[in-house]
Amino acid sequence: MTTEPVAIVGWALTPMTRRTVNSEAELLFEVISGATEHAGITRADVDFSCAGSCDYVAGQAFSFVQNIDAVGAWPPKRDSHVEMDGAWALYEAWVRLQLGDIDVAIATGSGRSSTADPATVYPMEMDPYYLAPLGADVVSFAALQARILLDAGLVTERQMATVAARARGAAQGNPYAQVSGEFDVDALLEDDYVRNPLRRHDLPPITDGACAVVIARGDKARELTDHPVWITGFAHSAEPHHPGLRDLRVSASTTRAARAAGLDAAPVEVAELQTTFTHEEALLTTALGLGPEVAINPSGGPLAANPVMATGLTRVIEAARQVRDHGKQRVLAHATSGPCLQQNLVCVMEGTR
Amino acid sequence: MSTQPCAIVGIGQTNHKTRRWDVSLGGLVREAATRALEDAQMTWADIDAVVLGKAPDLFEGVMKPELYLTDALGAAGKPMFRVHTAGSVGGTTGIVASHLVEAGIHRRVLAVAYQKQSEGNAQFALGSGRGASLGAGGAFAPYMRSYIQGTGAPADIGPMVAVKDRLNALKNPYAHLKLADITVEKVKDSPMMWEPIRYLESCPSSDGACAVVFTDEAGGRAAEADGRPPAWVLASAVRSEPASFPGRDPVWSAGAADCAADVYRGAGVTRPREQIDCAELYVPFSWYEPMWLEAHHLAERGEGWKMIERGETDLDGAFPVNMSGGVLSSNPIGASGLLRFAEAALQVRGTAGEHQVDGAKVALAQAYGASAQYFSMWIVGSSLDPFG
Repeated sequence: MTTEPVAIVGWALTPMTRRTVNSEAELLFEVISGATEHAGITRADVDFSCAGSCDYVAGQAFSFVQNIDAVGAWPPKRDSHVEMDGAWALYEAWVRLQLGDIDVAIATGSGRSSTADPATVYPMEMDPYYLAPLGADVVSFAALQARILLDAGLVTERQMATVAARARGAAQGNPYAQVSGEFDVDALLEDDYVRNPLRRHDLPPITDGACAVVIARGDKARELTDHPVWITGFAHSAEPHHPGLRDLRVSASTTRAARAAGLDAAPVEVAELQTTFTHEEALLTTALGLGPEVAINPSGGPLAANPVMATGLTRVIEAARQVRDHGKQRVLAHATSGPCLQQNLVCVMEGTR
Repeated sequence: MSTQPCAIVGIGQTNHKTRRWDVSLGGLVREAATRALEDAQMTWADIDAVVLGKAPDLFEGVMKPELYLTDALGAAGKPMFRVHTAGSVGGTTGIVASHLVEAGIHRRVLAVAYQKQSEGNAQFALGSGRGASLGAGGAFAPYMRSYIQGTGAPADIGPMVAVKDRLNALKNPYAHLKLADITVEKVKDSPMMWEPIRYLESCPSSDGACAVVFTDEAGGRAAEADGRPPAWVLASAVRSEPASFPGRDPVWSAGAADCAADVYRGAGVTRPREQIDCAELYVPFSWYEPMWLEAHHLAERGEGWKMIERGETDLDGAFPVNMSGGVLSSNPIGASGLLRFAEAALQVRGTAGEHQVDGAKVALAQAYGASAQYFSMWIVGSSLDPFG
């Protein structure tokens, strides 16, 4: 596979909060305006838009239709929607630019978890015949996976608490983060379990928020900015849905996606991973072959803010920021969907040499 | 441009019914996908990536169903992608799958779209769980009234479309509604649902799925050499516009017209009415046929209904429309767009059976969604250069 050079040229995020009074369209209006401004373009310059959002999170069928207002789709525009995290919306936009007839695309991710009760909503993404009726949700399955990792000696509860403390400490430097601060690992370990073996700090916050990324092809990207962040590898992969059919000690689909994205070609300096639960960091760094020299989630990651359907796309933005604003040369972003990391996406980005 | 040719070498669909209680959601999509793989003479192992399309998750009560359906669609170990663009989603699913081949990212891609409406209550889901939705017919009726008022079309046009599509459906073994004794009089005697749409001018609620196998040029050539003609994707296009603002004309939608102009440009079509042999258009309510004929530049403004009155859109007419029986005969919403796209491909492959248009070489397909504001279209051909 040889792909056309496509670069990230602009982005924007909303502040991540527990509850916003703004509609999803308003959140998107803010980030689409912000991302196009960051890229030095207007809405009229966008040739293709793709949104990632979820009807169940919004609590309404066809919820994304209202969001087209934020795109400013007049005259009518090429537009699409994935009922997946915005990271997959970026993937569709990246594929679209490969065709070569248009130059600029925008991808968005948006979710307002506060409109519904996540504990009621999330069991609905399980197998409808065997798992959903049990009321089992992603938190239950995360606890199951954490227990397997603990029993296998692949992680300890102290390591998990350390991940949380480090992430929320790092988030102090992130103006968009929802949860940040200095935490003492010993104190965290004294908390009760929410779902054994997960304590409150092992779980992400419930978050409302949105983000947007502008990408451009080849010469257009160079014209728009002196600092394009080139997407040099982009791939995703799925695993069986039923957790009983998988080896939960590893993340085979993350490894496959990383290989397909060419991660092995050179080292990365920073990885923004969708570690929604603390134990997933050890699992994902192993699956990606990342050594201790790689900085993990300098933004604080999902443990600092978890805007469902935008969490993965936010990883792309935070990794791109490391290239554009902090002089890093090669970085990766990871996104996931489904119970126990069922689907995984890897995006490798590089600065201009 | 880095676009590479993309061929359709496998098509499968389910038997559409009000309630497919004999299959689970996984069983339903697998039925269509298995038929498409058999048609392509491929196995699950031959597929590099799966694209899944469907309309609202609230219809069946399963959030992000691509997660659960990964297993049924043999997508474990592969990229699994989910598209949702309202009623146009089936078309968009096919387009995204074709892009993966055209961009050279994958060689063989399976697109699957479905809806199992009997699993839930669509009206309730459309009303955000409050059950107070006016429904699609209620939303579209004012547009159709406006069309009739603006063009002076006689009242029989809608019923004529309904009769034509239902008679075509009798020739399609997969169609849901089979109304052998239908007549214009019977349609006009059926209850008024949303003025001007009567009961027999409306689509049914169906359970069903459709699957299409896409491959690269080498795969298409190989199928051709093996005596299994492929359908080549000559062009595709999508457009969206906001649902409501003072400048919008939902009768002659700018989004629909731009989408058509784009797909014609891509396929090298300059005289669509002459160069295209037949069309599968998304017509869930009878009066949408003349409206789309106009918005897609197949008839002059205000004249679409005359093509119908003259019988030109009949199966044996000069420009057949909805040869399969259309959405009026089967409407598994999420699949309906891909069914249109697949029917166009069947026609140019010459494998449409009793509803085959003789000598069809170029076919147009279209789907639309939400408040008639999301559009997807493609043109397929029996060769890569049908206009020589």
